Amino acid sequence: MSTTTTAQRTRAPQAPETAQTRPNHRRRPFRAHLDAGLYLIMVASILVMAVPLIWMFLASFKDNGEIYSVPLQWLPDQFAFFNYEQVATSIPIGRMFLNSLGITIAGAGLKVFLGLCCAYAVVFIDVPLRKAVFVVVLFALLIPGQITIIPNYSLIANLGWLNTYQGILVPGLASAFGTFLFRQHFLSLPISVLEAAQMDGANHWRRLWRFVVPMSVPTIAAVGLISLVNEWNDYLWPMLVTDNTDTMTLPVGLTLLQSLDGMQAWGVLMAATVVVTLPMLLIFLILQRRLVAGLTAGAVTG
Amino acid sequence: MTAQVSAAPQATSRPGTPNDRRRVINRRRMRNLGIFALLAGPNVLLLLVFVYRPLLLSFYYSLLQWNMGSPVARFVGLQNYVRWFTDPDTPQIMATTAIFAVATVGGALVLGLAMALLLNRKLWGRGVARTVAFAPYVLSGIAVGMLWLYIFDPRYGLLSTLLGAIGVDSPQWYTASPWALIMIIIVYLWKHIGYVALIYLAGLQGIPQDLRDAASLDGATKLRTFGSVVLPLLGPVTFFLLITTILSSLQSFDLIKAMTDGGPLGSTTTLMYQIYVEGFQTGRAGYASASATILFIILLVITAVQLKYMEKKVHYA
Repeated sequence: MSTTTTAQRTRAPQAPETAQTRPNHRRRPFRAHLDAGLYLIMVASILVMAVPLIWMFLASFKDNGEIYSVPLQWLPDQFAFFNYEQVATSIPIGRMFLNSLGITIAGAGLKVFLGLCCAYAVVFIDVPLRKAVFVVVLFALLIPGQITIIPNYSLIANLGWLNTYQGILVPGLASAFGTFLFRQHFLSLPISVLEAAQMDGANHWRRLWRFVVPMSVPTIAAVGLISLVNEWNDYLWPMLVTDNTDTMTLPVGLTLLQSLDGMQAWGVLMAATVVVTLPMLLIFLILQRRLVAGLTAGAVTG
Repeated sequence: MTAQVSAAPQATSRPGTPNDRRRVINRRRMRNLGIFALLAGPNVLLLLVFVYRPLLLSFYYSLLQWNMGSPVARFVGLQNYVRWFTDPDTPQIMATTAIFAVATVGGALVLGLAMALLLNRKLWGRGVARTVAFAPYVLSGIAVGMLWLYIFDPRYGLLSTLLGAIGVDSPQWYTASPWALIMIIIVYLWKHIGYVALIYLAGLQGIPQDLRDAASLDGATKLRTFGSVVLPLLGPVTFFLLITTILSSLQSFDLIKAMTDGGPLGSTTTLMYQIYVEGFQTGRAGYASASATILFIILLVITAVQLKYMEKKVHYA
């Protein structure tokens, strides 16, 4: 609110003009200026948020002359892919892209699968252990992943899993957040449907996949999307366990490129940055609503 | 429950005795336990091996003088902690950690709330604003750090050009001591404001319009309505955001790694970054584990405060 009042104050000198255009409404000038101020702030914030991304895209097509030109040159002379080719000669970016893709899909898929199974067991199978299992899941939510890196690294190294896909993937598979959200959702499902299924002789496995999962699509989509984004962007752990480009993921490759091509080879670095960010931007633009729903659901329950 | 069906014929062959019924129930129970273990087991096992085990081991490692990858380790008791508390670098690291946390959390909450208030107005184009604001949150921290490093380039960056246009010389963002930290804080805010705004927006939309109308009928100005009605009602949301942003700020790594690697002269090395540097660059895994334990205790205290507050909220409700 304080921002709107300052905006309105700075725009105040123009007030008479607007008053003349709409003479019949006494309150209009104030509102019009409030709105003008708000629009000004909104345009400014859109620019602040969007320009860096646009700048990245444009720079990825600029040659050195255009990048280091003074004064600044906004648009590249031509949209040619030489920076992308340069990236590909410095690091095996295609291989890294596939590594990232495979690890992201497998990681997110397994996470959702493990979370679904665990949440189903905790909610629908009446055994004495289930409270304890839920407590294990709940407390795992409170343990920050960052402090587990040293013991986990030492375990993975002892297993000989450095520079392997399983070394990157397995330690992060355990699903605490997903299990938690699935459990919240399962508790809200109509129990009568499942009782009817049980009467018809459907076993637990069948009940999970034929009845519970179809009734939980939005939650599954939300958890799946969040896992997808997290797996794709994950950096610290993959960086620790890979120093070989055969198994390296894209974000790790990006810092490798930074150390290979020099800190200020901006055209090349921006091309690689586009490769890392574009898939998530596209997923976000297409599936924004579901992704946002998942994140706010986590906020409300969590 | 299929156990019940398959066990039924046996139960009817000698009907009714309590022993049989117990056996049937026992068998069903065993069967359920088996299915339970099959479904929940893998996840629980992974949690135990990769979350709980390292947590405990981290405490243990912190009592060792041990280098990463070395087969020999010497038990030194609390010596790593004594060294951490007396190390001349510790005050700087804790100051950096605190400044970073306060600036990012405070900045994200204030700017996020301002943006949420803006997005809550029925303005043309607010959908675009919401999308654009939230987009950076889903991008890789490394990539975001890289693209902002370019913008902050003191000679050829976008920012130095903009600053030059208003007659200000660009600070040496990469190499001058307070500026490197300020740079990372700015980028952190850019990446996280959209998330905070979105959660606040959900909170704002949960406030009934009647309450605001009632306040304005009572003659409250808009500012007064905001201060006395809207802000208090956003209390729980603010508290949730406060906790989650503190936790994520204290654990942030990617931006620092991509932009400054902890420098210049350690001026952007936070406690989290120290764990990485000591554990994986210097190789002092025992010492790094002590840092990790200290970070864990700090995070745990914050979470405990949250749980306690949440409990109170439940009592009020």
